[in-house]
Amino acid sequence: MAINWFKYAVPTTFYGLAGKLIPWFALSALILAAIGLYIGFAVAPADAQQGEFYRIIFIHVPSSILSMFLYMIMAGYAALGLIFNTRLSAMMATAIAPTGALFAFISLWTGALWGKPMWGAWWVWDARLTSELILLFLYLGFIALHASIDDPRRADRASALLAIVGSVNVPIIYFSVKWWNTLHQGSTIKFSGTSMHVAMQQAMFTMLAALWLYAAAVVLARVRSIILERERNTTWIAELPEVKS
Amino acid sequence: MSGLDLWMRENPLTYILLGSYAVAALIFVIEIAMVRHKRTITLQQVSLMQHAAEEENT
Repeated sequence: MAINWFKYAVPTTFYGLAGKLIPWFALSALILAAIGLYIGFAVAPADAQQGEFYRIIFIHVPSSILSMFLYMIMAGYAALGLIFNTRLSAMMATAIAPTGALFAFISLWTGALWGKPMWGAWWVWDARLTSELILLFLYLGFIALHASIDDPRRADRASALLAIVGSVNVPIIYFSVKWWNTLHQGSTIKFSGTSMHVAMQQAMFTMLAALWLYAAAVVLARVRSIILERERNTTWIAELPEVKS
Repeated sequence: MSGLDLWMRENPLTYILLGSYAVAALIFVIEIAMVRHKRTITLQQVSLMQHAAEEENT
């Protein structure tokens, strides 16, 4: 049976689908976070050099990965909205931005807390840290620009351009530890393999999956409110049971 | 070494749990509360608009 995927690109169908998916994503995120934290704190051994401090990795690395991926997804949706003038794409980009900004903030915050005992400083103007800070400012710029324009369609177009131009920062963050001589360590997990203990890997990837699912649930919940707001004058919104009651 | 430096080295798990995980959890709770609040407010606004339109028509 062929599935018409374009059907789900329409706010009318997507609204209901998102509503059905949110509880599953939220519940899975909660379960995976509990498993990830259990492995990270009870099973994974202390690091030979960093002792217990390395356990910040289970929130720091997944948050950093998500802050970059969410930006690329946001820019992708913004570009789709700009090119094809699709309503849902722009709404999705708008819904992703606050969650992406929060993950960028958590990444910087936890990085500072890790940096203090390891480097002796909360902050250094290192290429990785500075480019991640720029990512946070790009998210905030996107949110502020969108909020400053009254007409939502014009706001979508203006902020889409910012998102697309800003996406150049994501590869800079990723490759910064290779291109420049940074204080921040290089990638521990590479395509060629890793030196990490298996329990550390399990905890980190479980937490990554948990945060992905959390982000999906929150973004879908936010986009449902945006759909309601923007489509409020349509008949299908008027017929929704939650609006009628 | 400052007092905080000494404390974090003596209590590394408390330091990372309170400083990183508790802060992250608080951020997630605030975000969820904001999303839920936005949904409630938007639903109220849309419902009010619909009721006003219905009253105008009748």
